[in-house]
Amino acid sequence: MKLAISISGNTLDSPFDARFGRASAFCIVDTETGEWQAFDNPAISAAGGAGVQAAQFIASQGAKAVVSGAFGPNAYDTLAAADIEMYIAPGNQAHSATEILEMFKAGKLTQVEAATHKGYHGENR
Amino acid sequence: MRIVVASGKGGTGKTTVATSLALIASEQESVRLMDCDVEAPNARLFLNPSLDSHKEVGLLIPQVDENLCSYCAKCAQVCQFHAIAVIGKKILIFPELCHGCGSCTLVCPERAISEHLNVLGVLESGSAVHGIEFAQGMMKIGEPMAVPIIRELKKWAPVVLPTIEIRDAPPGASCPVVETIRGADFALLVTEPTPFGLHDLKKVVAIARELGIPAGVVINRDGIGDNAVEKYCIENNLPILMRIPMERRIAEAIASGKLLVEAAPEYHKAFQNMFETITTEVKI
Repeated sequence: MKLAISISGNTLDSPFDARFGRASAFCIVDTETGEWQAFDNPAISAAGGAGVQAAQFIASQGAKAVVSGAFGPNAYDTLAAADIEMYIAPGNQAHSATEILEMFKAGKLTQVEAATHKGYHGENR
Repeated sequence: MRIVVASGKGGTGKTTVATSLALIASEQESVRLMDCDVEAPNARLFLNPSLDSHKEVGLLIPQVDENLCSYCAKCAQVCQFHAIAVIGKKILIFPELCHGCGSCTLVCPERAISEHLNVLGVLESGSAVHGIEFAQGMMKIGEPMAVPIIRELKKWAPVVLPTIEIRDAPPGASCPVVETIRGADFALLVTEPTPFGLHDLKKVVAIARELGIPAGVVINRDGIGDNAVEKYCIENNLPILMRIPMERRIAEAIASGKLLVEAAPEYHKAFQNMFETITTEVKI
């Protein structure tokens, strides 16, 4: 299964980035074979809707699950529409993507069933 | 002639100046005052208009007919704000991200997109004291985008166009302020002689200069703070058109909903002179 991890860097050893829509990059790793590829986040300088754009990018890469530090309402809705499972990892401790991958495999990450925070554009009325 | 009253910093006296200027101008000309601070319009408190005309305004947002859609995602690719997403055979629309540009409708090869009005606020207008034509925009609570409402307010002209239009701008120096200033003939910038007042004044001066609109300054609460605003105005060729000293009786009158020129009639002449200066400046 393909897992996406938000990272700041361009390898599997790069530090975990707790932002989703504005993460610097995503590492997409095959949880069975360990094969990975890093991509710059196309949404990093989006004028708006970064969460939606990042989610569409993750979906287009064929990921079935994603780990980040938070998912806003628009990112959540888009990832949910793509049937991508969302997991959160704590962003207050330094982890590499490799460590996040191990935590995911060990079932230590929390799956989220709703957006983790309110939006930035007034959609929480 | 369109005069916009802006400030940068909030609470410097934009509405105080705009409403008194409207009153003075109405002695010679037909006047329209537009409260463009659609997030918190308050000029009506001073002019007591009868708001008998209403119009809902907003943005045209996309609606997709899934029977026609081929899920090509061209709409999602063209959208600068990612307000429309196509995931497999699912279409998601995020109205609060949409800026209403219509690009998605335009690029759709299947003509599957139609547009409908997403109401963001309401425009209201009516007659106020001294025959002033009054109009304001009021944003719906929870909406994030003021610009479309201001744009519609500027277009919502009465049948008979008054000769003088005065726009009371929102505070700040972001998109709503730019939209309010755009198309004006003169920017009257109300500030206070404090570091905050100066800091924000500079930003609005930059907007006016970028838009090529002549500007002048009113220093309100004159006597407090320092002389940095005055120094800045001189160095940057910004005429100081009026000074309103810090006075408790003025603050009390404004707090009870009175117009400055009515509460303190000695400002009558100063407003007349300022109005004439602006008129002359614009005609040149």
